[in-house]
Amino acid sequence: MSEILLQIDGKEVDATDGMTILEAAQRVGIVIPTLCHHEKLDPYGACRICIVEAEIRGWTRLVAACLYPVEQNLVVRTRSEKVDRIRKMILELLLAHAPDAFELQELAKEYGADKDRFEKEASFCVHCGLCVRYCAEVKKKHAVGFVDRGTRREISFVPEIASKECWDCKECFPLCPTEALQAAFVLTEALSFPPPAYKPGLKE
Amino acid sequence: MPLINSPAELEDFRKGILSKRDPNKPCIALCSGSACHASGSGEVAASIEEEIKKQGLSAEVDIRKTGCHGFCERGPIIVIHPEEICYLQIAPKDVPEIISQTIKEKKVIDRLLYSDPDTNEKIIHESEIPFYKNQNRLVFGSNGNIDPKSIDDYLAIGGYSALAKVLFQMSSEEVLEEVKKSNLRGRGGGGFPAGRKWEGSRNAPDETKYVIVNADEGDPGAYMDRSLLEGNPHAILEGLTIGAYAIGSKEGYIYVRQEYPLAVENVHIAIEKAEAYGLLGKNILGSGFDFIVKVHQGAGAFVCGESSALMTALEGRAGEPRPKYIRSNVKGLWDRPSVLNNVETWANVPLIINNGADWFTQFGTERSKGTKIFSLVGKITNTGLVEVPMGTTLRDIIYKIGGGIPGGKRFKAVQTGGPSGGCIPEEMLDLEVGFDELTKVGSMMGSGGMIIMDEDTCMVDVARYFLDFLTDESCGKCVPCREGMRQMLKILTNLTEGKGKEGDIELLEELAEVLKEAALCALGQSAPNPFLSTLQYFRDEYEAHIKEKRCPALSCRELISFHIDPARCRACMICGRKCPSEAITGGKNQIHVIDQEKCTKCGTCLEVCPPRFGAVRKLSGDPVPPPIPEEERIITRKSKQK
Amino acid sequence: MDSDRIDRIIDKHHGEASSLIQVLLEIQSENHWLPKEALERVSDKLEVPLTRIMHIATFYKAFSLVPKGRHEIHICMGTACHVRGAPRVLDAVQGLTGIKAGETDLDLKFSLETVNCLGCCALGPVMEIDGKTHGKMSPAETADVLKKYE
Repeated sequence: MSEILLQIDGKEVDATDGMTILEAAQRVGIVIPTLCHHEKLDPYGACRICIVEAEIRGWTRLVAACLYPVEQNLVVRTRSEKVDRIRKMILELLLAHAPDAFELQELAKEYGADKDRFEKEASFCVHCGLCVRYCAEVKKKHAVGFVDRGTRREISFVPEIASKECWDCKECFPLCPTEALQAAFVLTEALSFPPPAYKPGLKE
Repeated sequence: MPLINSPAELEDFRKGILSKRDPNKPCIALCSGSACHASGSGEVAASIEEEIKKQGLSAEVDIRKTGCHGFCERGPIIVIHPEEICYLQIAPKDVPEIISQTIKEKKVIDRLLYSDPDTNEKIIHESEIPFYKNQNRLVFGSNGNIDPKSIDDYLAIGGYSALAKVLFQMSSEEVLEEVKKSNLRGRGGGGFPAGRKWEGSRNAPDETKYVIVNADEGDPGAYMDRSLLEGNPHAILEGLTIGAYAIGSKEGYIYVRQEYPLAVENVHIAIEKAEAYGLLGKNILGSGFDFIVKVHQGAGAFVCGESSALMTALEGRAGEPRPKYIRSNVKGLWDRPSVLNNVETWANVPLIINNGADWFTQFGTERSKGTKIFSLVGKITNTGLVEVPMGTTLRDIIYKIGGGIPGGKRFKAVQTGGPSGGCIPEEMLDLEVGFDELTKVGSMMGSGGMIIMDEDTCMVDVARYFLDFLTDESCGKCVPCREGMRQMLKILTNLTEGKGKEGDIELLEELAEVLKEAALCALGQSAPNPFLSTLQYFRDEYEAHIKEKRCPALSCRELISFHIDPARCRACMICGRKCPSEAITGGKNQIHVIDQEKCTKCGTCLEVCPPRFGAVRKLSGDPVPPPIPEEERIITRKSKQK
Repeated sequence: MDSDRIDRIIDKHHGEASSLIQVLLEIQSENHWLPKEALERVSDKLEVPLTRIMHIATFYKAFSLVPKGRHEIHICMGTACHVRGAPRVLDAVQGLTGIKAGETDLDLKFSLETVNCLGCCALGPVMEIDGKTHGKMSPAETADVLKKYE
């Protein structure tokens, strides 16, 4: 476990080998926004909200703080004109799907994101993957997964597993930043669960 | 017990093969690459075999079905050895004449030869045809001399001598040094120095290492890798084995698109035969070095050409790329050091070992050494695969080798680098081809696709086309790519449909920045390139689409109208008959008129109107002239003398 | 598709989870589509979660979760073909067959797909039916070509 010294927003930070920028920042109380990150899950690096400027040996580039491993003499800037501009756009792109999601609205206020910048999209899933990854990595049930790719990608429950496991679990529901997960479950339930197992309504 | 167990035995075996081959014996080499196959080389092959048997020449004439010769526009191609007589666009009906005239009587058949388009001079020998003369086919040239399904053919041209040299006369460090000295840069798109990549893996502290061939050639319009793998699979196997020795790997993978069934088949055959000969597998050539190769097929995902996605697919998962903060040559396949290189890169390795790094560095420019195979396609006279030294100008490739633009049209742009690349306009044609030179002008080398566009190509549509392609191929994991491209595609589609508005270009530029800076992998990061480069060089087209609802190239369907010029129409009725929507009224001696409501803009009328009339034209941005009154549509013809 | 054939394919690849895509490719090739039962069997035998198999079966274009038609039409939409007018060929075929790319008609006669580059750029625009390449296509010629298929 070697000691690594890096700089975040002008602050000197002690970190250990194997840490990510996000973990190092959390150590010294610097907040970097995240969406798809969860301490119980492997970092995913998909939402890109945690993007920060990382400078080493004179080269600067944008990296995902939740995944980038700390390096000796790394200089990190968690806010800058460019970083803010990109976070704003990412939020606006997501708000086209889920304009009412609480987490997005909070961040939108901070970065000046306009939820009407883009036309509303049909699906309100933001693909944070928290439900899929939680079910796979923590519960190990694999009841919900991703299907398809690109703009057609969506979450999908496996009816046979969901009908057996989900009712007594539902631990993924509070993780979802939008209503997409609950909606997907209700739809799967309505379409696929055989009549004897059917329980009317989704009780909150 | 493998056939060959030492370098000495290899040389003896090779001599044995050569002694049984008479260089003066007539041999018909028929190009059997996929493109010629699609042009009918299979039928030609059957005809040749039949005719040879019929004329009782089976013992005196060899037939060799070779890999791709590269001059795909003129396939099927045969080359008759030893005279090297090259016949183009052969059909089965030409075969009897070829056998009786050229094979038996040594007479050349003029009409089947290449004819110089300017002087009409006939050219007999393949190497003198301008298409070939101006190339330097170091890597690709062997295709024409070997049957890819025969390992003996490869041995006959000196194959596997580099491997023998490496295993018995060089240490693995020396091999690495030689490749580093050669400055060989990856031919798949990244242009990363191969030697440095290999060194990273060699130095990584892990016992298990992998070498991988990226044969998932996904750039549309690029098919060099396919032709190399189909036509000379042993060259890639040899290069791969040498690389494995250099870094200390015992297991290799060839990841090949399932859309290339002939390549899959030939590579399997090659592996089988190499193993049987002791050139692959355990204790290669008795050296004590073990190396096996497995073949994995792709399943239809462009993103799997990206190295981390490819490795994810090799692990049996959906091909979602991983961020490369830790390079894959250190942590790659199953988190082990993995050297992934493109087909063409591996094919260069035996040449470098056999001839030395100094020989290799005499070709090319200072920072881009060696040659590169380009697929020259699109609006070009000589479509095909072209190999030239780095530093050749675009102008030479397009005009000297490519024969320029057909149909008398004007050159507009050359698109290089596939969906990650950009368009290069006429003013830059004297650019010397190389990795950095192309990147500097807003494009990139990519895998070598070179798509020629002429005055009829709409550059806004080109940007839309590539974005459409990438949106379909994106893995969808990260927001900038999935959502950013979704919005960019919407806007670009609107532009091509006449729904563009002020502010669209600026919004596209903002989205482009998010993709470039924040996307997870190279697919997303380079996705804006076609848009950015077409905007840079063809901004006027974007502005015309937005401000005037006009497509300057007369290509975007929603923005063009077809109109029959009443002054030129001679009422021949051809267009009326062929129109699939029955949108043309008119009859004998009555000038034809297109009903704009019914017209689907398919362009058939323009295609079929006889060139001497040329009455159909496309309009854009201006309203279509109303049809002339019916009375004025009658044509009075001079009556024929009776 | 009976489970014996599926088991044989899986055994050929030594039951390794990393060969999942290769196994599915073989099943697709033999059966022309991937029925749910086949996916469940593969999930069982390779000990791979069904979610991963569903992701793969929908992620890669080679796989189909619905039965395909007797004749598979592939229209190349690669850049070289695009520049030579492939979109118009696609429109013509869509009009003639009544289906869009990605669909199969109700008689299970034709399945239509767009592909990104068949590598026959010299013959563009290219339409491939049941593995046979038809080059230098124009919208006007598509009707004649399709008529030949029952």
